[in-house]
Amino acid sequence: MSRVKSKEDLLALQSAILAKRNPDKPLITLCSGTACCATGSDAVANAIKAELEKQGLSDTVNFRRTGCHGFCERGPIVTIYPYDICYLNVSPEDVPEIISKSIKGHEIVERLLYTDPNTGERIVRESDIPFYKYQTRLVFGDNPVIEPTNIEDYIAIGGYQALAKVLEEMTPEEVLEEVKKSNLRGRGGGGFPAGRKWESTRNAPGEPKYVIVNCDEGDPGAYMDRSLMEGNPHRVLEGLIIGAYAIGSHQGFVYVRQEYPLAVKNLSIALDQAREYGFLGDDILGSGFKFDVCIHRGAGAFVSGESSALMNAIEGKVGEPRPKYIHTSESGIWEKPSNLNNVETWANVPLIIERGADWFNSIGTEHSKGTKIFSLVGAVNNTGLVEVPMGTTLRDIIYKIGGGIRSGKKFKAVQTGGPSGGVIPEQYLDAPVDFDELTRLGSMMGSGGMIVMAEDTCIVDIARYFVDFLCDESCGKCVPCREGLKRMRDILNDIVAGRGKEGDIELLEEIAHVMKSASLCALGTTAANPVLSTIRYFKAEYEAHIEEKRCPALVCKDLISYYIQPDKCIACMLCLKNCPSGAIQGEKRKIHVIDQRKCIKCGICFEVCPPKVRAVTKISGKPVPPPLPESERVIERRAKR
Amino acid sequence: MVEIDLNRVEEIIGRYEGEEGVLIQMLLDLQSEFNWIPREVIARISERLHIPKSQIYRIASFYKAMSLSPVGRHVIQVCLGTACQVRGAPRIMDRVKESLGIEEGETTQDMRFTLRRVNCLGCCAMGPVVVVDGDYHGKVTPSEVEDLLQSYK
Repeated sequence: MSRVKSKEDLLALQSAILAKRNPDKPLITLCSGTACCATGSDAVANAIKAELEKQGLSDTVNFRRTGCHGFCERGPIVTIYPYDICYLNVSPEDVPEIISKSIKGHEIVERLLYTDPNTGERIVRESDIPFYKYQTRLVFGDNPVIEPTNIEDYIAIGGYQALAKVLEEMTPEEVLEEVKKSNLRGRGGGGFPAGRKWESTRNAPGEPKYVIVNCDEGDPGAYMDRSLMEGNPHRVLEGLIIGAYAIGSHQGFVYVRQEYPLAVKNLSIALDQAREYGFLGDDILGSGFKFDVCIHRGAGAFVSGESSALMNAIEGKVGEPRPKYIHTSESGIWEKPSNLNNVETWANVPLIIERGADWFNSIGTEHSKGTKIFSLVGAVNNTGLVEVPMGTTLRDIIYKIGGGIRSGKKFKAVQTGGPSGGVIPEQYLDAPVDFDELTRLGSMMGSGGMIVMAEDTCIVDIARYFVDFLCDESCGKCVPCREGLKRMRDILNDIVAGRGKEGDIELLEEIAHVMKSASLCALGTTAANPVLSTIRYFKAEYEAHIEEKRCPALVCKDLISYYIQPDKCIACMLCLKNCPSGAIQGEKRKIHVIDQRKCIKCGICFEVCPPKVRAVTKISGKPVPPPLPESERVIERRAKR
Repeated sequence: MVEIDLNRVEEIIGRYEGEEGVLIQMLLDLQSEFNWIPREVIARISERLHIPKSQIYRIASFYKAMSLSPVGRHVIQVCLGTACQVRGAPRIMDRVKESLGIEEGETTQDMRFTLRRVNCLGCCAMGPVVVVDGDYHGKVTPSEVEDLLQSYK
């Protein structure tokens, strides 16, 4: 491949690629993101290749392994174009039938379609499935049609044309103005205006200047950046090159978590291809502009996702934050002006250039423009990645797209913003989701993790979970964060273990206040948010733990007991056989009893008790009833009652 | 204990010689080659690149992806990301600990298993998730843990 030297060249290349492709030729795509690979996408891919070969279709049917389609709950996902058929939860055994019926014939394999849980109606097209129907997939929507390791797929849909436009038709100042005008705010957490950040790096004295993609994505439960990087690396790269041009940078870095091997692999391939085609290197698209990128793998530290810490890591040092007297835009990597944005922010840039700032401003709310990708996870029916315009309500996201709460349970709260965020209770389900509204509710946008919690989640335990996580991840450099987190963890551990005392809640609030005002970096200043927001909305649950030694959600191990209800037990021996500590006494036709002294509260009895019987229950805040006298434990008696 | 192939060590160090800021990348490569970073390896890096040992230890002990002690034949990762947490992952972790008699980060005496906690693998749809040697096990229940462990000798 010779390098593309101008916009004209690029358009010619796009036409040539499209001319080679027959739109009527069947195309099978298979979702191959990390989550689908974990559920067997590799085996399905092998089956598809083998079956096409076997049925003599290798030359007449195209097959593409794409990045994440977002509907992870139902992966691996297979789509067939041009018929627009979408099959879910596909296993290798389904493949021969799919190919015989849907490729050779024009039939549909009904059982692999999406079934609407309410109406029972089966849905053929991916775009008609409620999970997709209510989304606006501007940034994420190309994933299902692109093979990430093939740059031609990206060029075919108009890829790199925004870059060509910038290099041929716009000055760096004009690009900067356009991005500023679009009001694009950083998608990584704080929501700082990207254009303003670019401008201060551009104007900062010192050369060279650096641009950086943050793909550290440390928030548990958030994986949209990974899916973008794995599934559409060229879009992120195109955004980065445009930014570099506007800022005046010739060297970029992509910082990727070491836990994301597929993202590293696909990005490496993308970089090589971009160099080969002339989108990176010297004289990009014949414009004279010079820019290249190298990958830096993170090594597993949450705090290293913080901008100054990440820059330390790129220098090969321990990834700890620096004091923020001087912004990284002025003194970042090797003390040079450095501009860092996260993956999703960069991926928005080509769209803004292509369609204009006014178009971008037409989407979203007053102060938050465009769309946002959320990872909707936890106790929700449709786990997956969801892209919606800013301002969409939580209710629409959780119920219309997410399909409501799993196993018919009741909604309790939704946690956003990762360990720096907070929980939002039911009364705010109709709040429009944008940067400012979430902050007002005591949480934050963060990178877009949205963890849905049902009634069986203990709020105090969740606060303890986040504090414990942050204790582990705090770098220990400043006292308020290091010591504050440890003391909060001690108090919360006491509360969930039934050792809570009066005054604990006030003490937690006091520690939180100090951490907020005196910590060095954002990890510390926001670390108390999960505690403060849970106290704000669920104080009664804290009080139940402290005053009554009761866990209302029946989660905290030290505050619950497992108990077999004698009137329901059918003496089937299931729990008894499965109990790992030998705590259950009984025999056939003799009602089982848990010896509370031996019970380790692993919950296996509760799990294995047949759903029709449900004899095992959890008790909290009151004593376990004494076991029945021996004579009453024989089961025939129960039939008479 | 497994013998460390010092030639491989030299080769990996050689990949990065003369470049700036490479220590983390080099240690990651060594970690994936040997599954841990032995003392001899740290000594070699220090000699060849003229970096104080203390600085190498500081990095190797800071990052989660690097281990300064040998790991077992099978590495178990129990995901305790928030999504897995709300779907009952702590009870899975408890079962694994109880069954193997070790805590997070430890290795069984027979060097069969090393247990690690991870904070999200990004496959939340499958939660709770347990990964053994790169095999993903989704929607794990406490009662399945014992059989799952038994299948890795």
